[in-house]
Amino acid sequence: MSGALTAWVESVALLGPGLPDWPSAAQVLAGTAAYDPHPTVLPPLGCLPPAERRRTGKVVRLALTVGLEAVARAGADAGKLPAVFSSSGGDGENCHEICQALASAERQISPTRFHNSVHNAASGYWGIATGATAASNALCAFDASFGAGLLEALVQIRVDETPVLLIAYDADYPEPMRSVRPIPDAFAVALLLTPAARQGSMARLTVDLSAASAERLADPQLEALRAQVPAARSLPLLRRLARSERAAVVLDYLESQRLRIEVSPCH
Amino acid sequence: MTPLALTAFTATSCLGRGLGATFAALEGARTGLAPCRFETVTLDTHVGEVAGVDDERLPGELEEFECRNNRLALLGLRQDAFDEAVRTAAGRLGPKRVGLWLGTSTSGILETELAYRRRDPGTGALPADFRYRGAHNTFSVAAFVRRALGLEGPAAVISSACSSSAKVFASAQRAIAAGLVDAAVVGGVDSLCLTTLYGFHSLQLVARTPCRPFDVERDGLSIGEAAAFALLERPESRPAAGSVLLLGTGESSDAWHMSAPHPEGRGASAAMTQALAAARLAPDEIDYLNFHGTGTPSNDAAEARAVAAVLGTRIPGSSTKGATGHTLGAAGGLEAVICALALRHGLMPGGVNTRSIDPALGVAYLLENRRAPLEAVMSNSFGFGGSNCSLIFGRAA
Repeated sequence: MSGALTAWVESVALLGPGLPDWPSAAQVLAGTAAYDPHPTVLPPLGCLPPAERRRTGKVVRLALTVGLEAVARAGADAGKLPAVFSSSGGDGENCHEICQALASAERQISPTRFHNSVHNAASGYWGIATGATAASNALCAFDASFGAGLLEALVQIRVDETPVLLIAYDADYPEPMRSVRPIPDAFAVALLLTPAARQGSMARLTVDLSAASAERLADPQLEALRAQVPAARSLPLLRRLARSERAAVVLDYLESQRLRIEVSPCH
Repeated sequence: MTPLALTAFTATSCLGRGLGATFAALEGARTGLAPCRFETVTLDTHVGEVAGVDDERLPGELEEFECRNNRLALLGLRQDAFDEAVRTAAGRLGPKRVGLWLGTSTSGILETELAYRRRDPGTGALPADFRYRGAHNTFSVAAFVRRALGLEGPAAVISSACSSSAKVFASAQRAIAAGLVDAAVVGGVDSLCLTTLYGFHSLQLVARTPCRPFDVERDGLSIGEAAAFALLERPESRPAAGSVLLLGTGESSDAWHMSAPHPEGRGASAAMTQALAAARLAPDEIDYLNFHGTGTPSNDAAEARAVAAVLGTRIPGSSTKGATGHTLGAAGGLEAVICALALRHGLMPGGVNTRSIDPALGVAYLLENRRAPLEAVMSNSFGFGGSNCSLIFGRAA
C-alpha cells in the first residue's frame, strides 16, 4: 500500500456474550477480570419512536446499542457522523421467517419483514434514531466483514478527512440456518475513528495489508468467540486498546490477506 | 475528486447480453419486460428476466458458488471481453492491487428459498446440498467474482438495497484515491427471487403492467435482474478522446423512513449536490439525468422535487427502468453503464412505457430518444433505509 492508512480511536463500544459494555469487556481483555460467557443481553432501545422500536429485530438493536455507546463515550453528535455498518449476515431471524413463509402455500410476507430484510436495515434505523443524514455504508464480506468495514472507514477518513463511526455486528441464526452458519451468539463492536488526534483520543491505528497469520487469543473461550463470530475477529485489536499497549497486531481478513495494525496508545 | 477512467464496462439485463444488445434495445426504444413466468411465482406482474441464466454452469473449481445470482454474474463477466480486460489489468498492476466492490441486495437467496421447500420433514434440517457461504451469503457474489477473475485485492459487497451498486463507485473511488488499490472492479449483480417479488408485492409497490416511471397513471415498479461491471483506473495524463470518466459521487441518508423516501427528496438533493461539488460542475453542465425513476408514485414525486431543486426543471432526463425493470442491487451499476453508452453514442434514451407525463412532477422527462453530444450525465440511485447515491460521468474531450 502506498502509505498505510491511519486513524485515531476516539471511543470503543462492545456488546457480546459475557461482555455487556466496553468498561467490563476492557477488564476481561486486559486480564484483570475473568471471562464469564453468559448469553448476550440486548438492552431496550430507547432511541427510536415506539412504532419503529416494535419493528426492529435483534441485529438492529445490537448495532444501534454499540453505536450509541461509542458516540456517548466520545461525547460526539451522532447526527453529524458518517457511518460504516458491516455484518456477515444481517438479520437471520427475519430471513428465516421470510424463507419459511415463502415455502408455505400462502407466501405472505409482511411489509415490515420485507423492509427489515435489507442488509442496511441497521443503517436505516440508525438514521431514523439519530437524524444522521451523512453517507452511510452497509458492507458484507462474510468472515472478513470486520476487516472490510475497518478499511472502508479508514479510506473514508483519509480521503474525506472526516470522523467515521464503524459498527460491526453479527447475530446468531435460528435453526435450520444455525446448523449451516453456526454463529453462537450476538456480538457487536463500534469504533469512533477520527482523522487527527484529539484530547480524548485512545490510540493511533496504522493499518496495512499483510500476509502474516492472524493473532489468536490465549483464553480459549475468547478465542472461540473470535473464531466463530466475524465481528469478534476484532478482539485482538480491542485487547491492545484495553491494555493501552504499544504493539502491532494482525487481524483476520480475506483468504489471502490479513490486516496488520500498529497500535500507538495516546497515554 | 480526481476523475477515474472506466477502462472497460459491460451490462447484461433483460435487454440482452453485453453493450451491443443493450444499446440496440435503447436505440430501438424496446422494453425487455414480459409477463412474469419466473419459477412458481403466481403474481400478476411483469418482470425483466435475463434469458438463459440457468443454462450457465460455473467452472468445476468454482462449483461451491453455484446459484442463479453467480450464474448471472458469470454470464455478465464474459460479455464484451470484460473478464479479459480485468485479467490484463491485474497482470499489469498485480492482482493484489486490484480491488473489488460489488452491489447486490439478495445475492443467492433464491437457493435458500428453494432449500426451505426441501427441509427434512422430521428434523427441519436444510438439504445436505445447501451452500450457505457460496450461495446464500451476501458476499457470495464478490467471493465468486474475485476467484473467477483471479483478483487478490481488498473486496466487499455493499448491500444497501437499490443504491448498492451506485455506492460501489464511491467506495472504489475513495480506495484508489487513498492508495489502497490502483484499480477496482465495480458493479452490481442481482437476480430474481421470491423475497423481492412477494416483498414488494406486500408493500403494494409492484405494477401489474410494465412500469411507467413519471407517468400520470404510474402504479408501481417492475422487478428485473442484471449483471453490470466497470473497471475503474486512474486515467492517462491525456485520456483518449471519447473515453468515459467517473467525475463525481455523492452519498447521503434520508434519516426518515425504512421504505418510503423523504417526501421533499431531502437526501436525494444532498446526494446530487455533493456529486456536483465533487465533479466541480454547475447544475446546468449536466446534459442528461438518468432518474432512479422506479415508477412508484412516491419515489418519482420525491425525486422530481429534489431534481427540480438541484438541477432545475429543464434538464432532459429519463428512467430506463421501463426498459430494464428495477434491477434493485444491480440498478446503480446497470444505469452507470447506460450512462456510459449515452455518452459514447450521444444518445439520451427516452423512457419507454410512459405515455403521459405527470404534470405535477415538473421535470423535462424524455418520451423519445434524443441525439446530442453529451459531456456530463448524472445517474441517481436511492434505496430502502433512505440510502441515496448520485454519480456523474463525463466524456474525455
